[in-house]
Amino acid sequence: MKRRTFLKGTVASGMLGVAASAGLLAPRMVLAAWPESAFDAKSVDGALDALLGSVNHAESNDIKIKAPDIAENGAVVPITVSTSLAAESISVLIAKNPSPLACSFALSGSTQGFVSTRVKMGKTSELIAVVKSGGKLHSAKKTVKVTIGGCGG
Amino acid sequence: MNISRREFLQMLAVASAAGIQLPGQAATRKSVSEEKLYDLPAFGNVSLLHFTDCHAQLMPVWFREPNINIGIAGMKANAPHLVGNHFLTRYGINPNSPQAHAFTYLNFVEASKKFGKIGGFSHLATLIKHIQAQRPDSVLLDGGDTWQGSATSLWTDGQDMVDATKLLGVDAMTGHWEFTFGAKRVKEIIEKDLDGHMDFLAQNVIDNQWEEDVFKPYVIKEINGIPTAIVGQAFPYTPIANPRYMVPDWSFGIREDKMQQTVDAARKAGAQVVVLLSHNGMDVDLKMASRVVGIDAIMGGHTHDAVPEPVKVKNNGGITLVINSGSNSKFLSVLDFDVRKGKVRDFRYSLLPIFSNLLEPDVAMSKHIENVRKPYIEDLEEELGIADELLYRRGNFNGSFDQLILDALMEAQDADIAFSPGFRWGTSVLPGEPITFEHVMSQTAITYPTTTLSRATGETIKLILEDVADNLFNTDPYYQQGGDMVRVGGLKYSIDPTKKIGYRITDMELNGKPLDPNKKYRVAGWASVKSNKEGIPIWDVTADYIRNQDTVKVGKLNTPKIKGIKDNPGLAGL
Repeated sequence: MKRRTFLKGTVASGMLGVAASAGLLAPRMVLAAWPESAFDAKSVDGALDALLGSVNHAESNDIKIKAPDIAENGAVVPITVSTSLAAESISVLIAKNPSPLACSFALSGSTQGFVSTRVKMGKTSELIAVVKSGGKLHSAKKTVKVTIGGCGG
Repeated sequence: MNISRREFLQMLAVASAAGIQLPGQAATRKSVSEEKLYDLPAFGNVSLLHFTDCHAQLMPVWFREPNINIGIAGMKANAPHLVGNHFLTRYGINPNSPQAHAFTYLNFVEASKKFGKIGGFSHLATLIKHIQAQRPDSVLLDGGDTWQGSATSLWTDGQDMVDATKLLGVDAMTGHWEFTFGAKRVKEIIEKDLDGHMDFLAQNVIDNQWEEDVFKPYVIKEINGIPTAIVGQAFPYTPIANPRYMVPDWSFGIREDKMQQTVDAARKAGAQVVVLLSHNGMDVDLKMASRVVGIDAIMGGHTHDAVPEPVKVKNNGGITLVINSGSNSKFLSVLDFDVRKGKVRDFRYSLLPIFSNLLEPDVAMSKHIENVRKPYIEDLEEELGIADELLYRRGNFNGSFDQLILDALMEAQDADIAFSPGFRWGTSVLPGEPITFEHVMSQTAITYPTTTLSRATGETIKLILEDVADNLFNTDPYYQQGGDMVRVGGLKYSIDPTKKIGYRITDMELNGKPLDPNKKYRVAGWASVKSNKEGIPIWDVTADYIRNQDTVKVGKLNTPKIKGIKDNPGLAGL
């Protein structure tokens, strides 16, 4: 069964650290209102619209994405998104995945904006982090390359 | 023919009489001779010696530098993307001088005969001792790619090189091909051999599970009482460019943020000088130097660039010198810092070619090398055939030795197309010389040598070429892996390095017909990073092919047609 993990934040020492090692699992069991249409959407805009009700997001320097420039293994790409904004949610989208929305984290007001997980990438793609804060959407992006490998050196 | 020592000295002197400043020599110095070339007066109070990417070449070698090393976007026409006469002009090196021979491919055969072989650990050892005599409290750094590249290093699991670097007195090293001996062997060497002798440094290698450092990220050495931090950076894309299964539990990457934190931590711990011992590759070093603050110098390797002067890179914290010290034991870098009141005030730098005819071999090192070779000498010296022309590898596209390997692969596997990796190591053989088994091993000595035959569609073949081309020509150095373009046999194609991935490779043709995207072709190769299946190693395929001929004539190289490159000093004709 193809599902995406979703672990809703339990706050530990002010930091929400989430690691989903199994790749793409669905959070249906965890989240009451599972946004099925968002995770099934075939485009970034489609996913954002279904999940957050808007496709408009402004690039923000207050969001940092930590991800490899070239993935060591496209099936498990470790990423960390952190933000100084008061985040209501942090969502990660892989533009070129068949279903771009990889995960979305709902944060409580007192939670530090820091999430860490592993995502699956079929090919080289932009990775977009969208933070909902103050009712608006803010974003940052980074290209992660997926390569055949070999031939270096 | 070799020129005499006296003539050699005269040529060095002429280089200066003609008003040419030798690399690293201060402008005020007028007469230049061998003694002056190697007698660098001590300067300042913190000295660092550096060699890198020796690829286990214990013996002096011929090594032809590239005539194609294209730089695109911001890298165009900048170091290290300068070849031949463009290189000489940029660095004020006299054509036909010994330095011109060491740094460029120009007149390679003739100049090789004139100036003799370059490198060799015995000669390197002598030069290091000589330089250290004037700098008793200096530090010796090894940039990695040390344990791999020769028959003896492969057959001894890197032990010959570990012992050789201990004899040299290396204080710290980092790595890349070292990891292809497997995580267990690397750890074993560090614990059993290096402990108490040298540090193996890498701030950018962490374990997958806990994300903790696998190696020491940095070490602080007191040099003349001045705390100097050496930070290590292993090759960031080791598990991608080389087999993942060799280091399954370790994650690499550039880790720029962590680099900044490591530099800050070293400064906080009292370091007055911070030097990065890097295996990034020079383009990555240059970008890193512009973004990470607090590094006084990057002493780098991986891309095998021998650059006679440091590049001064500005960043928010000041200036970082970027140095790259060549390959194959051809060069020794000497960096002297003048440090006063806790800060670097001034520096001197020289990249010294190791002319083996000018340096007496070190006795202890010679003995070590002899002992290493003794059990294998018959295999090493087996003469397989005679080279009818210069055999070499280095350059963005097929060298003649690659072509020989491709021809051998295609014949052995009855293949339509062959691929051979774009490694930058591999020494040269002069026309008329016997090609020995050792020469073949210097092109092929890896721990995953199995030759393969697969059936791939034209579409897949194009994908592979596009993927490798992007690792070489991506406009952002952080997305490059180093290495040159995969060497291709059979298939003709054109390449436009300035285009984006998916659009660089065109005009693919096999036997005069366009490559069919849907048809499957027989593709031979070696060095698969996926798994090392049982099979015939590439050195046996190549050696057998040579044994079946008296003299080896390669003929025309199957290099692609290069498009979109004009007035690029990284590209020269022959």
